[in-house]
Amino acid sequence: MIKRARLRLSFLALVVLASVAGCSSADPTNLESIVDGDYPQNSLNPAGPQARQIDDLFWMVFWIAVAVFVLVMLAMLVAIVRYRHREGRDRPVKQVHGNTRLEIVWTIIPALILAFIAVPTIAAIFDLRSPPEPGDNALEIEVIGHQWWWEFRYPEYGFSTANEMHIPAGRPVFLSMTSVDVIHSFWVPQLNGKRDVVPGRISNLTIQADAPGVYLGQCAEFCGLAHADMRHRVFAHDEADFEAWALAQAQPALIPTEGPAAGGWDTFQLVCAACHAVDGTEATAQFAPNLTHFASRTSFGGATFDNTEEHLRQWLRNPSAMKPMDPDRNDLASGRILGMPDFGLTEEQIDGLIALLDSLK
Amino acid sequence: MATMNPVIEEAVAAPHGSGGLWSWVTTTDHKRIGVLYGVSAIMFFIVGGVEALLIRTQLALPNGDVLSADAYNQMFTMHATTMVFLVVMPAAAAFTNYFLPLLLGARDVAFPRLNALSYWVFFFGGLFLTISFFVGGAPDGGWFGYAPLSTQVGEVVRMDYWALGLQILGLASVLSSVNFITTVFTMRAPGMTLMRMPVFAWMAFVVSFLLLFSLPIVTVGLFQVFLDRNLGTLFFSAAGGGDPVLWQHLFWLFGHPEVYVLILPAMGIVSEVLPVFSRKPLFGRSFVIFSGIAIGFMGFGVWAHHMFTSGLGPVAEAAFALTTMFIAVPTGVKIFNWIATIWGGALRFKTPLLFSLGFIAMFVIGGLSGVTHSVVPADSQQHDTYYVVAHFHYVLFGGAIFGLFSGIYYWWPKITGKLLNERLGKVHFWLMLIGFNLTFAPMHILGLAGMPRRTYRYPKGLGFEFWNLIATVGSYVIALSIAVFLVNWWRTTRRGEAAGNDPWDGRTLEWTISSPPPHYNFDTVPLVHSEDPFWHEKYGEDEAGHAVPAVAASSGQPQAGLADEEIHMPSPSYYPALTAFGLFISLIGFVYVPVGLVAVAGGLLVTLWGLFGWSMEPLTRDGHE
Repeated sequence: MIKRARLRLSFLALVVLASVAGCSSADPTNLESIVDGDYPQNSLNPAGPQARQIDDLFWMVFWIAVAVFVLVMLAMLVAIVRYRHREGRDRPVKQVHGNTRLEIVWTIIPALILAFIAVPTIAAIFDLRSPPEPGDNALEIEVIGHQWWWEFRYPEYGFSTANEMHIPAGRPVFLSMTSVDVIHSFWVPQLNGKRDVVPGRISNLTIQADAPGVYLGQCAEFCGLAHADMRHRVFAHDEADFEAWALAQAQPALIPTEGPAAGGWDTFQLVCAACHAVDGTEATAQFAPNLTHFASRTSFGGATFDNTEEHLRQWLRNPSAMKPMDPDRNDLASGRILGMPDFGLTEEQIDGLIALLDSLK
Repeated sequence: MATMNPVIEEAVAAPHGSGGLWSWVTTTDHKRIGVLYGVSAIMFFIVGGVEALLIRTQLALPNGDVLSADAYNQMFTMHATTMVFLVVMPAAAAFTNYFLPLLLGARDVAFPRLNALSYWVFFFGGLFLTISFFVGGAPDGGWFGYAPLSTQVGEVVRMDYWALGLQILGLASVLSSVNFITTVFTMRAPGMTLMRMPVFAWMAFVVSFLLLFSLPIVTVGLFQVFLDRNLGTLFFSAAGGGDPVLWQHLFWLFGHPEVYVLILPAMGIVSEVLPVFSRKPLFGRSFVIFSGIAIGFMGFGVWAHHMFTSGLGPVAEAAFALTTMFIAVPTGVKIFNWIATIWGGALRFKTPLLFSLGFIAMFVIGGLSGVTHSVVPADSQQHDTYYVVAHFHYVLFGGAIFGLFSGIYYWWPKITGKLLNERLGKVHFWLMLIGFNLTFAPMHILGLAGMPRRTYRYPKGLGFEFWNLIATVGSYVIALSIAVFLVNWWRTTRRGEAAGNDPWDGRTLEWTISSPPPHYNFDTVPLVHSEDPFWHEKYGEDEAGHAVPAVAASSGQPQAGLADEEIHMPSPSYYPALTAFGLFISLIGFVYVPVGLVAVAGGLLVTLWGLFGWSMEPLTRDGHE
């Protein structure tokens, strides 16, 4: 209800209150802890063949643009310095109206420069848009955009995970992407450009990492309230590690039968199972992230928060206080989910759920 | 009108008097309407600027909490909507209204009451968007309103305000386009051939055609958004067989010509200012005009470059990459001609010239980063990042706003009779140039480093901290420069230096008359013998082509043309404002259908009343011609 009240606040009051109210939400993860380097989401630090091809093209155009800029500004600065009017030194100004030859020259030269840029551009468009060949041994992953998290399905292995994609390094990964609600855009700058994820359509993107590592990304098409907190992480492994990870993920969950986690499972079935699935149990709903191997993930909440007990506790007390969501407008019947509601869980229930989640390795 | 029923005649009688607030509401004088547009634009500029400052304050530090996500989304949506529709467009309309007739040697626009209607429809459209802040929140789905985010149905009416607000502002622009096009075709002074028209008039003419042909497209789209939201149609719903991407085509088919609607008037202003302060004619005048026309045509063929990540397929992507690259050619032609104009001149660095030169430099940067967008693979990295934010601010702020300020400093003395202070003007320029570059240059780096647009916060550790802080500092420097301008305005109003008729040694007809101009503009309709008519009256050329003062300079008025014994000027009228007010009431009703249908009906009745009175209104104050 805080939300409804806030909607009604006038413009100025909103601003003043918001600045005074200070931080009610947890800060997202400091991503320095995840990845080395100054700019871990940098498109200019490509880590795969697709991103590198784009990067090479960009720098070619960039240096041409710099050369043009310098020449044009030089001409302007020379004119400014040379032809400034000095007080008391009037001189007659020659009334030049134009010069057709010059006009032709400065029409043709830019056209030639642009034609020079156009050739590799068009070649790269067709190159980057063509799907991997059968011989490339590409891994296929289905990407499904939700407000405000990502679902990644591995059809070869028959499991689904959320916000964290694991891929084999050195192999192309062919993404088939769609959305269940609004338009999102999948983007891992170090592995390729972005591609919109549109409801009712399948869009494709090929990404590839040269080497094992963590590559960060986030939704790039404005998708509503928590657009900024719809992030994702791509973990590239060598082939053996990837295979081991995938086989582990494909296993059903082992539900604890005693201790606090067992109590947590009761709460889960009562409250959480309406939206979340745990493979190997009766919880199969697909409205929210599949939690079968939740404890194996480094983050949650749209890859925005570290997967720690403290963060989970905060989240279960009131998810919308950590990440802006609009669960008041959820409508399970029509499949429209705008975030996890505050269920008013007791501390005891929260302890149980945390124990349960911790057991879902 | 002799047969008119006296009751009706009494009811529709035109307002009297020329002073006070009421005279502004009823005015049909193109100059006063121009001033109304200008003052409105400056007020909305301050509103949009405050929105921008809030955005930058929120983003100054990682995980900012000055604004909630909800408030932030409203801010960036309204910042863009305000700056595009309520600042740059009306500012250009202000100059066009005020100066198009003066530049053409006319006494008013072709349809003075229609002109007033344009303004009042615009005014109420701006008011309509503004009240959304106070009734449940402003639009929050982006100025581009991508479906199906914008068509998600809920109890929240914010995007209804956006869809209807853009619709009504579009109406205002269509009305003025018709008016300006007719004015150019029918109201030019004798001898003012099309090719002798000042370049600003030409650009206003091209812009009018762009609006006339592009607005109907988005009108259809906005109706569909409204129907999807309120009546359950499924134009943009994938689940219902509609297509979300269709909206993007409709929006950008309007949206890209709109970019040229925003920039061409500024290019027109620069093309007026550079020759005056260089004391040389515009270099390659006809090339500058034709490149403007070419940009107008080509502007309709590049829309899908806003959609390079939407999945158009490689053929369409390649085609739009080519058209986008080649629209850079006529743009380049303009830049080269401007530099050739100042080359060899006697440059007087008054404030209008500084802003025009600033325009050229900043616009070149924006144009070149635009070329990097046309390289589709590179754009797939840049799209929807701060790199794009940097690009279009270099074009629309470094370009359009710098050009418009050049026009403000250039024409202010004509409008008010007083010169803006030069020292403050220069402080304004340098602060704005520095602040602008501090704000927007770092955004190139941020975008390429992976920072998407429209994100209310960013985490630590992505390397975004430093450049965001610099950008925020820059935005406050811009705010300071605007404060200097406002001080200049206030100071000039109190004790500004009198301008005289022709403070800059101007070239065009508006400088032949007093400052501010009389109600009827020209005592006698001028007779035009050449381009830059006023200059050629003051100066001739010696054998070497140098400008020399004309032997017998006349009194400052071009040769007497058609002398009018009696000058008929349009009478003021209540009805344009009344008609627009009715539309405003029914708009509010439309937001709250079905309950609001009462207001819809009531508002339409008021509009009908306005149109009826309009059509029955006597042409002159006395009721006889």
